[in-house]
Amino acid sequence: MYTIWLRDIKRYFRDKPRIIGSFAQPILFLFVLGTGIASSFSTFGGGGGKEFLNFMFPGIVGMTVLFTSFFSAMSIVWDREFGFLREVLVAPISRTSIVVGKLLGGSTIAMIQGSIILLFSPLLNIPITFLIFFKVLGIMFLVAMTISAMGIILASVIKSMQAFQVITNFLLMPMFFLSGALFPLNNTVEWMNVVSKINPLSYGIDAMRFAILNNSALQLYPMWLNITVLVCLIVILSVLGSFLFNRQE
Amino acid sequence: MNDINNNNIIEVKNLVKQFKKVKAVDDITFSVKEDEIFGFLGPNGAGKTTTINIICTLLSKTSGEVILNGYDVSRERNKIRTCIGMVFQDPSLDDRLTALENLYFHGLLYNIPRKELKVRSEEVLEMVNLTDRKNSLVMTYSGGMKRRLEIARGLLHYPKILFLDEPTLGLDPQTRNKIWDYIIKLKKNKKITIFLTSHYMEETEICDRIAIIDEGKIIALDSPENLKNIIGGDIITILSEDNVKLKEYINDITGVEIHDAKEGKIRFEVKDSSSFIPEFIKNSPVKILSISARKPTLNDVFLDLTGREIREENASTKDTMRMRMRGRMRH
Repeated sequence: MYTIWLRDIKRYFRDKPRIIGSFAQPILFLFVLGTGIASSFSTFGGGGGKEFLNFMFPGIVGMTVLFTSFFSAMSIVWDREFGFLREVLVAPISRTSIVVGKLLGGSTIAMIQGSIILLFSPLLNIPITFLIFFKVLGIMFLVAMTISAMGIILASVIKSMQAFQVITNFLLMPMFFLSGALFPLNNTVEWMNVVSKINPLSYGIDAMRFAILNNSALQLYPMWLNITVLVCLIVILSVLGSFLFNRQE
Repeated sequence: MNDINNNNIIEVKNLVKQFKKVKAVDDITFSVKEDEIFGFLGPNGAGKTTTINIICTLLSKTSGEVILNGYDVSRERNKIRTCIGMVFQDPSLDDRLTALENLYFHGLLYNIPRKELKVRSEEVLEMVNLTDRKNSLVMTYSGGMKRRLEIARGLLHYPKILFLDEPTLGLDPQTRNKIWDYIIKLKKNKKITIFLTSHYMEETEICDRIAIIDEGKIIALDSPENLKNIIGGDIITILSEDNVKLKEYINDITGVEIHDAKEGKIRFEVKDSSSFIPEFIKNSPVKILSISARKPTLNDVFLDLTGREIREENASTKDTMRMRMRGRMRH
């Protein structure tokens, strides 16, 4: 278990372009898209540009965690493609510990990435105390575990890199858009509202937003509900994930 | 432990593997003795890799029985995994890690104590001559080096049996020879059973015993020497001005079966070519343009048993294609 985790961490720190590249997207979203949308508010009348950027910030942290943990879990597909998975599968360790190692590896990397995004908070005048940081870290862990477990389920079911691309476009992006990361969900159309309720990421983003901004006006669900939903999902999805991964051909 | 013959480290009985439509392994039974080099020989798609994958616990069987080192393959998977070393057909190294790191991870997976692991890593790297490159990323290795590192890794946990699935696939002839040298050296220095597969006929001659497998069935199992004796002598290939007439003549004097070979030549077998040829040429009714005699190879055995040749040319083009595809996907 430790071995699988360690390998993921080692690979992460070795891959410098990946580390740098992984900041490009959040920064782009936050400072280009975010600033753009924020300033468009005054064009169409109405203020709140700065508030919008603040609103979006926890969403971007969530996005970073989402993408990082998902891709880490999906590296199983990559490992299968390049054969390394067999080396692990033929070793005398249980399939379940492989899955847990992978979950923890993906989550650790996602937490590191998310924390780095948190460092941008002074630019938006969002104060982050140690207490807030640890709260956010905890929520990041829950979100990352949920998404990693989801990734492992998908990685056990799909076998090709092509299918992986499809999943990214048809699952990950909608999940991100409909999670309340970029815009508030309470004032949108009804179907979006419904979809967002079954989107696990909504609860993570909501928890993260409250932890970072401490603004109950923006909160959709109570904190205990958010945490309960995430913990339940982690348990259900990891059990399902290990089961699927365990299946022998 | 089991009640089976102690000399047999692997026992396979009536093994069947049915994929959705095809029967990849069709009721095969064989055993591998302790400390021998056992070879699986056959064309691509014959069921070699499927059988190995079942023995090494990666694939479940449809029916039959597989016992390895006294452990049942479907019930005692982890026990089997500890006593086997694998070198897969396709590379299975993490190429973003260095050679030493790959070995280190392998050691952790197999629970080798840290101190011991260091010593053993040096030992196996030394054996495959990779000591000076041990801190380079595997990405920078050539195909042959990767394969050598895989052999080293497969030996790290001191397995009782080392599986080598097409260990020379996709490598150039020189590198291939080197790999075999390492395997022979390994056999000399260590008490280990080696189970290998190949579709390159010449290469399996180092085996103590060979199972020739075709379309999921074992069609012959013996030592290379005995297998070649199936042919019953030397193989003579002749190019003449009149094959029909010559065939009649050969049939008259030897009574053996005569086959048409490539490029308009004919082919047949005789017991002792060195005494046969001078006499034959002297008395031949038609002009002989060329004649050659050679010892039978395993290729001839396969041809004799199945009536087909192992299409080495096609197979290797396909293999290189596959290797290239893999290379491309990386970018």
